[in-house]
Amino acid sequence: MTTTTDAPAAAPTKKPRSAGGGLGRYILVRFLLIFPTIFILVTMVFLLMRTIGDPITAALGGRLPPDQLRERIAEAGYDRPVLVQYFEYLGDILRGDFGTALTDNRPVTEILTTFGAATVELAFYALLVAFLVGIPLGMLAAYLRDRWPDAVLRVFAILCYATPVFFAGLLLKLVFSVALGWLPVAGRAGTRTELRLQNVDDPTGIYLIDAIRLGNASVIGDVLSHAVLPALALGLLTAGVFLRLVRTNMIGTLSMDYVDAARSRGVPESRLVRKHAYRPALIPIVTVIGLQIAMLLGGAVLTETTFEWEGLGFQLARYLGARDFVAVQGIVALLAVIVALTNFVVDIIAALIDPRVRF
Amino acid sequence: MSVVDIRDLNVTFATDGGDVRAVDGVSLSVDAGEVLAIVGESGSGKSVTAKTILRLLPETATSSGAVVLTGKDVLSLSPADLRRTRGEDVAMVFQEPSTALNPVYTVGWQIAEGLRAHGRMSRREARTKAIDILRTVGIPDPERRVDYYPHQFSGGQKQRVVIAMALVLRPSLIVADEPTTALDVTVQAEILDLLRSLRDDFGTAIVLITHNMGVVADLADRVAVMYQGKLVEQADARTLFAAPQHEYTKRLLAAVPKLGEGPARAAARAAERTGEREDVVVARNLVIEYPGRLGRKGFRAVDDVSFSIARGEVLGLVGESGSGKTTIGRAIAGLTRVTGGSLSVLGTELLGARYRDLAPLRPEIGFVFQDPATSFNPLLTIADNVAEPLVVHSRAESAQDARARVDELLEAVQLPRHFGDRFPHELSGGQRQRASLARAIALSPTLLIADEPTSALDVSVQARVLELFAELQRDLGFAALFISHDLAVVDLLADRIAVLYAGRLVEEGTGAEVLGAPKHDYTKRLLASLPVPDPVAQAERRLELARLGGRSTS
Amino acid sequence: MAARRPVLSRLPVVHQLRQSVGLQRGMLVTGVVIIGMFLLVALLAPLLAPYGFAQLRDEDGAFGAQQPPSSEHLLGTTVGGYDVLSRVIWGTRTALLVIVVAVAMSLFVGVILGVVSGYLGGWLDRILVVVADAVYAFPSLLLAIVVAIVISGGQSSVFGGVLAAAISITVVFIPQYFRVIRAETVRIKSEAFVEAARVIGASTPRILFKHVLRNATRTLPLLFTLNASEAILTLAGLGFLGFGIEPTSGAEWGFDLNRAIGDVTSGIWWTSVFPGLAIVLVVLGMTLVGESLNDLADPRLRARRRADNTPPPAGDPVSVVPGGANSPTTSLQDELPNPGEVRA
Repeated sequence: MTTTTDAPAAAPTKKPRSAGGGLGRYILVRFLLIFPTIFILVTMVFLLMRTIGDPITAALGGRLPPDQLRERIAEAGYDRPVLVQYFEYLGDILRGDFGTALTDNRPVTEILTTFGAATVELAFYALLVAFLVGIPLGMLAAYLRDRWPDAVLRVFAILCYATPVFFAGLLLKLVFSVALGWLPVAGRAGTRTELRLQNVDDPTGIYLIDAIRLGNASVIGDVLSHAVLPALALGLLTAGVFLRLVRTNMIGTLSMDYVDAARSRGVPESRLVRKHAYRPALIPIVTVIGLQIAMLLGGAVLTETTFEWEGLGFQLARYLGARDFVAVQGIVALLAVIVALTNFVVDIIAALIDPRVRF
Repeated sequence: MSVVDIRDLNVTFATDGGDVRAVDGVSLSVDAGEVLAIVGESGSGKSVTAKTILRLLPETATSSGAVVLTGKDVLSLSPADLRRTRGEDVAMVFQEPSTALNPVYTVGWQIAEGLRAHGRMSRREARTKAIDILRTVGIPDPERRVDYYPHQFSGGQKQRVVIAMALVLRPSLIVADEPTTALDVTVQAEILDLLRSLRDDFGTAIVLITHNMGVVADLADRVAVMYQGKLVEQADARTLFAAPQHEYTKRLLAAVPKLGEGPARAAARAAERTGEREDVVVARNLVIEYPGRLGRKGFRAVDDVSFSIARGEVLGLVGESGSGKTTIGRAIAGLTRVTGGSLSVLGTELLGARYRDLAPLRPEIGFVFQDPATSFNPLLTIADNVAEPLVVHSRAESAQDARARVDELLEAVQLPRHFGDRFPHELSGGQRQRASLARAIALSPTLLIADEPTSALDVSVQARVLELFAELQRDLGFAALFISHDLAVVDLLADRIAVLYAGRLVEEGTGAEVLGAPKHDYTKRLLASLPVPDPVAQAERRLELARLGGRSTS
Repeated sequence: MAARRPVLSRLPVVHQLRQSVGLQRGMLVTGVVIIGMFLLVALLAPLLAPYGFAQLRDEDGAFGAQQPPSSEHLLGTTVGGYDVLSRVIWGTRTALLVIVVAVAMSLFVGVILGVVSGYLGGWLDRILVVVADAVYAFPSLLLAIVVAIVISGGQSSVFGGVLAAAISITVVFIPQYFRVIRAETVRIKSEAFVEAARVIGASTPRILFKHVLRNATRTLPLLFTLNASEAILTLAGLGFLGFGIEPTSGAEWGFDLNRAIGDVTSGIWWTSVFPGLAIVLVVLGMTLVGESLNDLADPRLRARRRADNTPPPAGDPVSVVPGGANSPTTSLQDELPNPGEVRA
């Protein structure tokens, strides 16, 4: 979902402590924090989903006769006390079992391995767009603050995240696919490409990598042309957030004494921006980018639905439509684990950038 | 030959309240190898004048006039020429060394960057030069420390690094903007020594910006006094201190607290005090520890400290940053937990006491905080803020009800009554600190704790607040704990003085004892480090400090 | 100096409007105008909309599906045969209702939890922080989906749709308010004026409500606008995934966009462009106001006047929010002979 995660005081509270204690200790403490985070999210999702009763009634109620329904409920164990079910669920998750979809009997972990790659690919493209657009433009806006290029860039940034990602997707489709006919409307690749990609030995599921391994230029081109619009839709949204984030933080660091101090030593202006203001600003930026990656997953659900990009988000939306809440719960819980791990990695990176934590 | 020549400089700032002229027709010049001190209080334009020499002004500023630096007018240089001039012809030392160094680069990197910005030089060469210059400014083991990040240095060492960066291209002029204000007095003495050696060894001219007349007396050859953007007086340092001409300079010099005035006053008061000594505060082997995070070892801020304060007595508590002096004051007021030993206030033991247990003590204790900017609720008027203790302790139904008493209190601290209707941010620092005194004495407390009440104030404002404090103490007769880093200030007010060093009490006694005949080495060094506002006497004291071996690693 | 400021200028937004300059003022004014129009349209929807939001036919018969813009249907009709313009106009009501309910609920719960947790500290605070952090880091849309399933059971009833959307947004936003208000409270708690109140012996509730709460909530107008825009986007996202409000019970832009996906491929643009633009416009207005408030509250980000202009009209003293504690201030210097000097 579009979020302005850089709202005041939005930086995580678990900031690395300065000097003393060392990096090892920080990594350990931060690592241990993953578990309560996952536990809380999984518990919340489980309890919320159970308040509406059992998932079998929700999915099949009205379509099966009552006695058959009861039979299936008993079979799946949904007639036992909630607490028993809860502990069983926790145990399953510890073993890496996130449940099995009701509608097509696929284990959630298999859904992840089948469709995860597509989501990773989309998220990668989107982050690429966001970095390439957001960070340099943010630096430029900070340096030229309060002049007209700053004004234009800020309005651009606001428009980027004021536009819902699915609307941006529809607009891009209207212009580039329907009106101009330059790019495909939907999907990850054309039918022929899909077929040829199936011939790759041991496919990664990330089409670009598979296409490169295939070594066929037209396949690579087809894969890339399908990726452009989804990457732009999701990437520009994030770029708007990055732009604003970089601008705000760099205005802060540009006004620090050490920038003036470097200026007083005769350091060129461009270097002041690139080295002295950017590096210290990067520390809070990286932390927020971590949160942003989580938000990207939310955006991916919408983007994948808009472009029929068959990833995790697309599957989630499909199971939602089919009212298969076992699958929904499993995918959401799985995403919670992924988010917790991502944030852990990003926080460690942020700590590594900061010499005050490293030494 | 003059290194820099400032001619008819005007600087105007745009603010929300309209344009403000910060510097108004200032003309100055500095000769090679000369230290010119520009003194004045906050808002006098001294800093702005100094920054103009490097054209380091914010975009909101416009300037006119000329700043001629080695033959070039800095104000009209092209950006490229200006960049070359900065660092080569003139460099700057900043007030706060911890913010003047970029935290994410090593100090060696930052020094080398300045070198490489002014001509071709290999990394290896730049590094060698960086090590050399670090050695020059007295950083021990520079070969290793060149790869340290700023946070790995102490405050005094950071300032040495900043000076090294300024010095590395051997500019003919260094502008030092309050270079010792953020430092403790013993470290200050070392930095002043270093600056002096730059002048003596390299013939560098220095423009020294400061509000501290002691620092001026210690280092300056010539002094320029600024007041409200104008240059009001300029003279040779000895002449200025001996025979100030301008009315403002005279007032400024008179306001500086001087050592040695205290004992006479204290003796007079001791004579007035009769009868049995009755202690209001007794600390026995007091220990205060701050808990560590996540099993880490806690920090012991106060360690085995014993002292007492008698009814009607003023105890001055002196120490440098981190000495634990503020912690003791906060513990007495119940703001910080006592973790060991014993602390008894008005007969109540604070070790193990809960917030509720302290309720009977509250009306008996007044507190004046250090920072006048934050010690009042910004959303309440001064009158409402001052009435707060009266309302809390049911001496009045409401703030309106207490207004008569509030007016009395404001009058007692010499504030006009109508100031009660203002909001805290509409008062100046000195006015706020007086209102803070009014709040502290609202319930006629037995004990008043003043935590560095004047350290955020200009010297002339400080003098008035200190005078007021002495007056109130005389009239109301409260006992007081007066906390300060400034020996001269404490000397002025205290009956007895206690010196803290790294959480321990190293010396205690009357002003005459502690300041007249210090026993502990630390007290001696502290005393000798304090620059006195008199160039002749200061030169002698410097020798004394050198004899004490005050030059330790900072 | 000492002139009492009129009450009007101490209100949020009005105060900032007077304080802002140039581009910043432009952004703020634009935002305020857009929000004003949004409110007006929502209020006057029955008068402005040519048809009802669920109306499929009038005296002349059915509207027909996917009709291009015409004099009868200025913005055309949808695949379901509704009038696009009417649905866009009625949609403002749904959006406004959801914003008000959602933000009011999360504000209430989040602020109280934040102040109490931040001031009292201890184990309750630690647990709440871990929970809030966990929820905060989770994609808000996914959480909103789960809550929406719970509340509506996956079905959209007449009133349930709005409430489901509002409550799911609330659950997502509580941690945000909690975090911001708690951080403010922790900061204010260590400020001298709160310690002064403790030294005086004021009771904990008195300190909380008289000294902490009012100062901690100074950032609320800003948070409010930023979250209102997020509320709209979340609502639209839910609608887009089919958890919105059924077309017969209310008009919702995200739902209409979902129905328009298929149209786009066949070049039918009017069914998606107009509801989409409505979302963008409202979010834009909210964000413009929010960002301006944010900039004005941060001395580093405030636009600076240049000196060479003629003096600006005499405005308020500099404080950012009425009585701001940490704002640069103009002040009198009574100690010096020339009072009224403004510090640079």
